[in-house]
Amino acid sequence: MRRLLLLPGWAWLSLFVAAPVGILAAIALATSREAVPPYQLGLDWSSLAGLADPYYLHGLLGSLRIGAVTAIGCLLIGYPMALGIARARHGQVLLMLVILPFWTGLLLRLTALIAIFRDEGMLNHALLSLGLITRPIAFLHSDFAMYVGLIYCYLPFMILPLHARLAAANPALEQAAADLGAPPWRVFARIILPLSRPGIWAGLALVFVPVTGEYVIPELLGSPASLTMGRVIWEEFFENRDWPQSAALALVLLALLLLPALAFRRTGPRTI
Amino acid sequence: MIRLSRFLSLWLAGGFLLLYLPIALLVAISFNDSRLTTEWTGLSLRWYRALAADNALTGAAWLSLRVGVASATLATVLGGAAGVALARFGRFAFRPVFTGLLTAPLVLPDLLIGLSLLLLFVVLEQAIGWPAGRGALTIILAHATVGLAFVAITVQARLADAGTMLEEAAMDLGATPARAFLRITLPLMAPALAAGWLLAFTLSLDDVVVASFVSGPGASTLPMVVFSTLRLGATPVLNALATVLLALIATLLLAASRLGPVLRR
Repeated sequence: MRRLLLLPGWAWLSLFVAAPVGILAAIALATSREAVPPYQLGLDWSSLAGLADPYYLHGLLGSLRIGAVTAIGCLLIGYPMALGIARARHGQVLLMLVILPFWTGLLLRLTALIAIFRDEGMLNHALLSLGLITRPIAFLHSDFAMYVGLIYCYLPFMILPLHARLAAANPALEQAAADLGAPPWRVFARIILPLSRPGIWAGLALVFVPVTGEYVIPELLGSPASLTMGRVIWEEFFENRDWPQSAALALVLLALLLLPALAFRRTGPRTI
Repeated sequence: MIRLSRFLSLWLAGGFLLLYLPIALLVAISFNDSRLTTEWTGLSLRWYRALAADNALTGAAWLSLRVGVASATLATVLGGAAGVALARFGRFAFRPVFTGLLTAPLVLPDLLIGLSLLLLFVVLEQAIGWPAGRGALTIILAHATVGLAFVAITVQARLADAGTMLEEAAMDLGATPARAFLRITLPLMAPALAAGWLLAFTLSLDDVVVASFVSGPGASTLPMVVFSTLRLGATPVLNALATVLLALIATLLLAASRLGPVLRR
């Protein structure tokens, strides 16, 4: 019985999760060539040496930046929301309303944002008709549109772990602090914030990790000049057909994200 | 604390506006007769007719639907078994490795999953000739791998909540472990299986990146077609498509919430 239930899982996970990582490393050491498939297995360090290219470093820093900015943006917007939901009378309904957009799909929401941000889109139309601007502003393909899109799409990932922590906090502690004369900001800084700290870390990791590897949102909403690892890997793979180089870049991204991902595994299951 | 809560409710309202306004606007303009998103020339189903006549989109939608159903079903079977193992088997050999492999696709970017799975498929084809070429089958395998993690987590949580009391009672009353599993555990985890299936299906229906890597020529899923259209700029037809998908997902969710209590009984 035990074996019957465990065996398919082990087989599937070894083949489709563990093996691909090994293959990724093998291809990173392969030689790129113009053939099908476009690599020759071997021990070729040139793709790993190629990682020192400033272009890739640029992409790496770009990825870290959008990951960090989005995670902090989501925290700043999401924390008061999570607190409000934890305090609200119909908190469970509000929580459902946070999760619901997640079900509608990423592309659908990006379609909506593009319709708003386009040169002839709704935002420009509104600003023009209010007389605030005289010609359309190029919102689309800018850092502004990209960050709005990233925060819009990843906000639920921040709110859920925060809410779990905030809702579990004992209200008596707050009440006691207030009764003893602490002003609201002090209650927040000394009681609410420390109690929610594990939720903050989980939320930051849950947003930072996927956003750092994000490809679709920077590609559709961001400026062509802003490089990310996702875009660099995609370009090397699909446009330059340099499989070993994109595998080497993917290994870098994997190594980079493993740390916060492991940290999430330690705090995650308890906070969600 | 009155001052704080007024600030919080305003903030909440603003946050929900951010989450819902774009979708609401999208649905509204999909019924607009004009090609321009900003001028309202009248209510019309023009873009829905254009959508129905668009062979590239309807063909891709059909492929996506088949891939979604197949991969979600596969993920539910595999993830359900893994979830039972995690909730009921306590410590088994290499359990941390098992959970690590299981949750990796949950937290890692889809770009890494797509690229490494594609390399696996290419290497496998070179070595043993399977899977021959890339297309619907490879997308199904890839989506099932991502989906099974979601199913396993949902099932594990449900079974951990339910506890082992009922199974123990059944076995005390003389049921074999297999019978206790079929009559007690399986019905207990049915809602989680349904929720997990739905989650895996929606993820499959929404995935661009993994599908772009593991797909081959001639097999473009709906998100792949939508993505390449969006790259060139949105079209009114896409607004109509988004509204149709929204209605589909809303119906599924509503059905799930109605079915939930029935399944739980």
